Amino acid sequence: MQVIKDKKIIDDTWQYVADDADLNTGDISVSLTRWQHDKAQLLNSKRKLGIRIKPADSVADIADDLDKVQLIELDFPDFADGRLFSQAWLLRGRYNYKGEIRATGHYMPDQVFYLSRVGVNAFKPENSQQLPAVLANLHDFTVNYQNSIN
Amino acid sequence: MYQYNPTDQTLVDERVAQFRRQTEQFLKGEITEDQFRALRLRNGLYIQTHAPMLRVAVPYGLLNSGQIRKIAHIARHYDKNYCHLTTRQNIQFNWPKLEEVPDILAELATVQMHAIQTSGNCMRNTTSDHLAGVGVDEIEDPRPYCEIIRQWTTLHPEFDYLPRKFKIAVSGSVHDRAATQFHDIGLHLVKNDAGETGFRVLVGGGLGRTPIIGQIIKPYLEKKHLLSYLEAILRVYNLFGRRDNKYKARIKILVKESGLDKFSELVEQEWLLIKDGMELSDERIESIKSHFELPAYQPDAAEDQTFNQHLQENPAFATWVKHNTVSHKVTGYKAAFLSLKAPDSPPGDITDTQLDAIADLADQYSFGEIRSTHRQNFIFADVRQADLFALWQKLDALKLATPNIGTVTDMICCPGLDFCSLANAGSIGIAKEINDALDDIDYIHDIGDLKINMSGCMNGCAHQSVGHIGILGVDKKGTEWYQLTLGGSSENEAAIGERLGPAVAKDEVTKAITTILDVYVKQRLDDESFLDMVKRVGINPFKEQVYASH
Repeated sequence: MQVIKDKKIIDDTWQYVADDADLNTGDISVSLTRWQHDKAQLLNSKRKLGIRIKPADSVADIADDLDKVQLIELDFPDFADGRLFSQAWLLRGRYNYKGEIRATGHYMPDQVFYLSRVGVNAFKPENSQQLPAVLANLHDFTVNYQNSIN
Repeated sequence: MYQYNPTDQTLVDERVAQFRRQTEQFLKGEITEDQFRALRLRNGLYIQTHAPMLRVAVPYGLLNSGQIRKIAHIARHYDKNYCHLTTRQNIQFNWPKLEEVPDILAELATVQMHAIQTSGNCMRNTTSDHLAGVGVDEIEDPRPYCEIIRQWTTLHPEFDYLPRKFKIAVSGSVHDRAATQFHDIGLHLVKNDAGETGFRVLVGGGLGRTPIIGQIIKPYLEKKHLLSYLEAILRVYNLFGRRDNKYKARIKILVKESGLDKFSELVEQEWLLIKDGMELSDERIESIKSHFELPAYQPDAAEDQTFNQHLQENPAFATWVKHNTVSHKVTGYKAAFLSLKAPDSPPGDITDTQLDAIADLADQYSFGEIRSTHRQNFIFADVRQADLFALWQKLDALKLATPNIGTVTDMICCPGLDFCSLANAGSIGIAKEINDALDDIDYIHDIGDLKINMSGCMNGCAHQSVGHIGILGVDKKGTEWYQLTLGGSSENEAAIGERLGPAVAKDEVTKAITTILDVYVKQRLDDESFLDMVKRVGINPFKEQVYASH
């Protein structure tokens, strides 16, 4: 599957590993729960690591680990749950995270402009047909009243 | 008033293009009903009982004559020749066609108007005092701060998918005419001991199903910290507001459940981290203030003698002046209400021909500006006393001079079951019945200041819980019943009305209201107001009479 990163369509090299699945090879992301549980093992495995955040998670809990991960995924259970917009802002604005912040799950292509303004720089759409729309919608507005954090 | 710069104009133009695309995608089946719902609501578009309803933003109630003419044009070409004023100073169209809404928004953009964030779970239009800039009791003109907030809230990327809707009101005067105690955030311009003005910040007020009076979270906030403090509140709300139950999702529930102390602590922690990076500069405040400089008042306006002469010679004019005009901070001027509560028309409705006519009157008599009020009327804020007689005659011919502002027939009324898909009961019909029963204007004037607010359902769009008399339509096994409350107020002495007793049937509402008025007239002391009497005697004397007749 392809994703959009920094306004370009690229091949996705990441795999999300569920809490009850074996850690496979390659670059992987895990839930916050698994991260907290298996952190030592994961950090020993010499590969790129990511953490998948859900709306109720607190990004403050991973503030000290942010220099150890290359990806934070924001997993939308549904598009109306706006907490992840603040989580993204906190990751960039408060905890100074420099790696990839990726939206995944059930968000709308019509939300990507706002997401890009709060620090999300990568988008995994629900299906590959949405890739052109996501890319185009990143340019919905050329002006803003608030500063962007990215 | 505020004039768009190229950035403002580009933003609304790009918003129109975005919504046009979204509407086309929806009509082609490319986005789901659920997704389109969220997108259209953020552009003011509801799907109602008969047709879509489009709510157009009137930022803090200010309009110019060109905008009014555009509203008239839209009413004529896209709707059924009328529109409706809301309690949040906005304007609603009840019959637009979904596929034409992008065209309507494009028309609005040509006169610096939009429908952005007038519905949906986001930050809504900021409201204010309809006497801003002219009120005799004003501490400072709130409009520049409303505009600063308007810009900050518009397309705010972090706070567009909040747990629930979010409303901010700003008052700049001693007497609160903006219901700031019943808003998610209420801002009051106040003076500190050093004589500087800043904001008293209230949080967690609201109406609807669970009316709550807002609490003071910051007694004095320096102006330069306005946006950082709002941002801190919004971030805490966005992260911690309840999302499991939409009836418990407003910030008032978060404040109540966490307690003001705990909530304040969270806000304070967040604010201390962001405040230095978000200061409003003096230059920015001054540059926005320059849009709200007072008009060129005639210095000798008070020397006019004709006004007093007309007052003495024409009792009908004198009555109108007494009830439908208010004092102005500049002598020789008054603010004049246009009553949209004529006995035979639905409260808050106005036609395209009336709109065109008042646009001309605004140009002629009030520096081309018109304001919408919370009680669903218009007001010309700056009329010379010498012009009032001519203005009155013209308004009278337009049926906009019913001398009932602030009286029992100046009812706030939602569209109710006639239009709204949420409503349980009708409201416009009841308003008409009450109006018909109260056809004696002298009796109405004798009753004096009495605010009736009537909503067709629990959502409380007409703010019934803060009406001196509140009427709430409820559904009982498929029939319309009405719950009455007494003693509510949205002003300084904020109070939530007390329930009178069991709901009354539809054909008994008017009788109940006239009975309440009779009890008041018989039992009041001297010039005691209705609200004061309810405070003094409680609801029992009213209750006994209303239910005795059953």
